[in-house]
Amino acid sequence: MILTTVAERRALLDRSLTVAMVGASPNPTRPSYFVFSYLRTKGMLRVSPINPMTAEIDGLKSYASLADYAAENGPPDIVDVFRKPADAPAVSREAIAAGARAIWFQYGVINDEAIRLADEAGLDVVVDRCIKVESARFDGGLAIGGLNSGLITARRRGTR
Amino acid sequence: MASERDDRRFGMRTRALHAGTPPDPATGARAQPVYLTSSFVFDSTEHAAELFALRTYGNIYSRIGNPTVAAFEEKVASLEGALGGVATASGLAAQLTAILALAQNGDHLVASASLYGGTVTQFSVTLKRMGIDVTFVPPNDFAATRAVIRENTRLIYTETIGNPLGIVADLRAYAELAHEHGLPLMVDNTFASPILCRPIEFGADIVVQSATKFLGGHGTAIGGIIVEAGTFPWGAGKHPLLSTPSPGYHDMNFAETFGEFAYLMRVRTEVLRDIGGSLSPMNAFLFIQGIETLPLRMPAHVANAQAVAEYLVARDEVAWVNYAGLPSDPSYALAQTYLPGGAGSVFTFGLRGGYAAGRTFIESLELWSHLANVGDAKSLVIHPASTTHQQLTEADMRAGGISPEMVRLSVGLEDLDDLLWDLDRALTAAAAAGTVRT
Repeated sequence: MILTTVAERRALLDRSLTVAMVGASPNPTRPSYFVFSYLRTKGMLRVSPINPMTAEIDGLKSYASLADYAAENGPPDIVDVFRKPADAPAVSREAIAAGARAIWFQYGVINDEAIRLADEAGLDVVVDRCIKVESARFDGGLAIGGLNSGLITARRRGTR
Repeated sequence: MASERDDRRFGMRTRALHAGTPPDPATGARAQPVYLTSSFVFDSTEHAAELFALRTYGNIYSRIGNPTVAAFEEKVASLEGALGGVATASGLAAQLTAILALAQNGDHLVASASLYGGTVTQFSVTLKRMGIDVTFVPPNDFAATRAVIRENTRLIYTETIGNPLGIVADLRAYAELAHEHGLPLMVDNTFASPILCRPIEFGADIVVQSATKFLGGHGTAIGGIIVEAGTFPWGAGKHPLLSTPSPGYHDMNFAETFGEFAYLMRVRTEVLRDIGGSLSPMNAFLFIQGIETLPLRMPAHVANAQAVAEYLVARDEVAWVNYAGLPSDPSYALAQTYLPGGAGSVFTFGLRGGYAAGRTFIESLELWSHLANVGDAKSLVIHPASTTHQQLTEADMRAGGISPEMVRLSVGLEDLDDLLWDLDRALTAAAAAGTVRT
């Protein structure tokens, strides 16, 4: 199912625990490192790098493939994709084979075939969104930055 | 269910009260607490490093961000239908900060020629000294606007309702023209407020406003705010400050790293950080109090303004009235499209007696405050030629449509009968002064 609403993305993050990040970079100026580092230091989601070019990032073991990750950890809840759009269908196939429950295509990673493959295989699909931004929308991070979280509530955060 | 709440599109009154100001997560306080602190402790050295590298969200120092200020920013962003906001020390600081995120020495901007005098001075003197060239074009003249766009043009700028002439911008046409050239449309929405017009709904990309005016409404604090739609393609190449490595942040590329948030992130973390025109938390608190009643105040402002304009039209002492709410006004049709809830409450009129009659009129008023502000709950009056626009040359003043007999009103929330009583007295005195003079 392709998730398009704030509520659907929130529910996905709430029910997920593990994130396999395909294309996570150890280079601190790359967007994927920003997201990796944010998820790792926040600790709400257990993030693992999937990158055959590096053995570890900030002390976390990097796996050469989603298959390697799944063999050791079981299926990931979310496969987060930082790859060229043309590489996305291959990632969808690997995610399906690894038993992933959802696939999350980051900003600009837009490929109709990749979306269709994952959707037809029953994965939840998020497209052209950032998992860091969406996490921050619900943990108060966006509000700290003056960003419109879209949340209207008279309940104190954390008491829901 | 949480999901139902998240997807509901709440109304303007609800958002004015609740957006950005949920119960305080730290204490449960229902009112927005005022976080009067310059700085915030770090959890650890690692946390500090992540914050400074922009890899995590959090408070560092109130020049860059503050929880009370952020609550105000989110509230205005919600009302304007924006992605987010950055508050500033004044409306002029908002414009400068918003522009410097996109333009630098050697760049060019295109602006409507009918703008607040302070904006014209900021653009034509201060920006020019910084090497940013601004070309002013008659409002809503799209052939002329198209003709002055250059390779190094970075944005198009207008006011929703021009100050002080009240010309309503054809926002859709401005946005189409801007986007056709790969440029964002920046709109000053001060005179409309998000209650009367939300420029983003008509294609604007960046909206700035002076919070000092209607947002606050109480005339107690100076402040401004920038909000942005989050839909402009900042990485497309027309804005190298966002799409090339930034030396201010370890060569980070804002567009690539922050996607739709690229512009707002650069505004806050580079321009606000380095220029320092930040809003005080105390003033943010005052604006939050004001915004709670904004949806109730604006219709009352508009009703009084419409009645005052119609009253002035019927008076012999009055030569002309510029109010887009009058069917005879050149901006009436545009106001019907962009300001269906009313054309605001700031407008100008001219007295038949010229400069002398204008001065006597202002000096004869008892209830209208003679001062240089608009958008207060109290009714205000000023003579632009001798005050807000006096820094302009006579030629520029004429080009901007400012005449010596022009009086600007900001119609407040007093009882209409009392406002008309006072106008009647002053108009009579002004007519007598005009007679004596001739």
